[in-house]
Amino acid sequence: MSTVAPRDDIVAEREPSVGGARTWLRRVNPAAKLLAALIMAFGLLVVVDPVTGGVALAAGLALVPFSGVGRRTLLLVGVPFLVMGLSSGVVNLLFGEEGALGALGAAIRVMAIALPGVLAGVTTDPTDLADALVQRLRVPERPALGALAALRLVPLLAGQWRTLTLARRARGLDAGGNPVTAAAIFAGKVFALLVRSIRTGTLLATAMEARAFGTGPRTQARNSPWGNGDTAVVAGAVLVVAAAHGTSLAVGTWTPLFG
Amino acid sequence: MPDPSQGARVELAGWGWRHSGRREWALRGVDLTIEPGERVLLLGASGAGKSTLLHAMAGLTGPERAIDGEQEGSLLVDGEPAAARRGGTGLVAQDPETQLVMARAGDDVAFGPENLGVAREEIWRRVDTALREVGFPYGPQRSTAALSGGEKQRLVVAGALAMRPRLLLLDEPTANLDPEGAWVVRGLVARLAETRGATLVLVEHRVAEVTDLVDRVVVVEPGGGVVADGPPHEVFTRHGADLAARGVWVPGHEPRVALPAAPAGETLLEAVACVLRTPPEPGLGGAGPRTVLESVNETVRSAGATALTGPNGAGKSTLLAALAGLAAPHSGEVRPRGPLAAEDTRPLHRWPARRLARRIGTVFQHAEDQFVTTTVRDELRFAPLRAGMRRAEADVWVTELMERLRLAPLADEHPFTLSGGEKRRLSVATALSSGPAHAPDVLVLDEPTFGQDTRTWRELVELLADLRAQGRAIVMATHDELLLRTLADVELRVGGGRVHRAAPHAREEAR
Repeated sequence: MSTVAPRDDIVAEREPSVGGARTWLRRVNPAAKLLAALIMAFGLLVVVDPVTGGVALAAGLALVPFSGVGRRTLLLVGVPFLVMGLSSGVVNLLFGEEGALGALGAAIRVMAIALPGVLAGVTTDPTDLADALVQRLRVPERPALGALAALRLVPLLAGQWRTLTLARRARGLDAGGNPVTAAAIFAGKVFALLVRSIRTGTLLATAMEARAFGTGPRTQARNSPWGNGDTAVVAGAVLVVAAAHGTSLAVGTWTPLFG
Repeated sequence: MPDPSQGARVELAGWGWRHSGRREWALRGVDLTIEPGERVLLLGASGAGKSTLLHAMAGLTGPERAIDGEQEGSLLVDGEPAAARRGGTGLVAQDPETQLVMARAGDDVAFGPENLGVAREEIWRRVDTALREVGFPYGPQRSTAALSGGEKQRLVVAGALAMRPRLLLLDEPTANLDPEGAWVVRGLVARLAETRGATLVLVEHRVAEVTDLVDRVVVVEPGGGVVADGPPHEVFTRHGADLAARGVWVPGHEPRVALPAAPAGETLLEAVACVLRTPPEPGLGGAGPRTVLESVNETVRSAGATALTGPNGAGKSTLLAALAGLAAPHSGEVRPRGPLAAEDTRPLHRWPARRLARRIGTVFQHAEDQFVTTTVRDELRFAPLRAGMRRAEADVWVTELMERLRLAPLADEHPFTLSGGEKRRLSVATALSSGPAHAPDVLVLDEPTFGQDTRTWRELVELLADLRAQGRAIVMATHDELLLRTLADVELRVGGGRVHRAAPHAREEAR
């Protein structure tokens, strides 16, 4: 049939900038990004010196220009990211036993461990992630698709929370600066939201079952392709970890976590 | 394998269903055979188990299924238990929000065929056909979050069609849509009924709009079985008055109410240069705040009923929240006037909650959102006690209110366990309970008649008209044409970023 859109065209429509270097990271298979982030995190967990973390952090930051992340997202994610790094440094400086170098190491380490995960997160579409988890990492379909569907309910719940807030005011309930009242009102809202979200979740589960979810073996409408580039990303993560450890060993700063 | 282009046969014999944890049967002793290709309208008073029956036909009830409970008798689809034929049955329910599974339109339509194990190329062929069949105006990559209610519901229908169902079950598919969205989806259902061979079972609240689409009407009774069955005309002629008395919306038997006249009013609220914005959406991809209404200058008068109308998303609820003093406008303010200004001259959103509740009562669309205690009686006692009323006095007041809204037998029930109509009556009662002399000066309601049967509808309209005759102001957002014609004195049409005023009778002539 000539009217049927081939799947490749659809992919092209979704990402108009296919092929551009600026969005390269978006096109890497989510499973590869997840694996790479895990390799980086575990590779860096075991050392605490600033050089090992610094090399890995630099490698991670070098990827940011190829992530296709917009300015708004960069700001939204970047600020808490820096705050996290700085606060961990400050805490170590004030209460740690390693002095300024130890504090710097702690700050860099936290950011170096978190950055690959953050990059993987902001460059991955949830649907593509679910596809990759199921098709590449053999995650069971029921939980993967269930979680994906539940993600759609988050904006719905945010709206319901707002309504509950307005409704408390309409009933004449406000804390008036009293923390005990505020806690009680908050608890009431949490309970009401819980009731609503269970109901909403049940409706969604019913709709999924009505569409034959769980009747037997499924097929996949979308392919989650794995190319040489994806293998290279995973290998790259291994190389970065190796290079980071190698550099710090060479300059003599290498410090294991339990040493 | 039965011919897929033909409809399924549904046979129920002595069928009954009891939800787990309930004492009463939702339905019992149902004997019914639906022939392949028949188009059936299922009717009954609210709480008559119509949705339950549809869910059972869809194979969703029973152990290990979405809806748990106890079944008796038999329900067969093409001679097999319904659960075994799940893939051959399509179900479209009320609220599109809780039926879309995927983030992109095409992926969502593909979800059913995927679950049925259809090959990839065939899936996308079906997606393409189904999207065209429902007149979906965008491509398969369209984000489902960016669709209007009517578009979402069309996508839900496409998702059902892509499964190539031989039995299509529609559970009030237009209930949650605005008039325009409802009109489009109704047209789609009519087209499907005509062109498809599938057996069609429809539950619809507003019967008049669908009688032409069906060739058979089946009436079920709460806790019982089939009480009437036949061609629409015959059923309505013979049982119309009886059905209407039980609360069913029957063509030609709509509730007629004689309403008391209202005295002349004065201005109570004035919106001055209000700019209203929607709250930002959560998440990285979420849209920022969006201006929905520019420079609103309107007044609300006592002894009058003001209706806000317009498509969903146009800003009715946002305007309602501002007029009720619940949320601050982005700029401008809602000012109290007349007796309200004597209480506090600050803009409404600056009033302390307790003072606001005494003067302005709000009824939310989902009644549960405004319940803050664990029994019906406490719910009604809550505001008077906080206002400093003595307990004995408050109890007298609460008893009166419960009598008036038929809540007395439910006094010790948990508000969340009430039926839809009971919850609506309780939410109205709570809004009334906070004001002096059993009512605040202004009563603000969001879709007060949504999903109500004719009995609750009539009670609500009479109550609101009484309040108006006592000089209260009523402000309501509504899609209900009958409510608009019956009660509204002023219609504020919300749309295109503006509000404009129309007299409700003028709209009748314009049609």
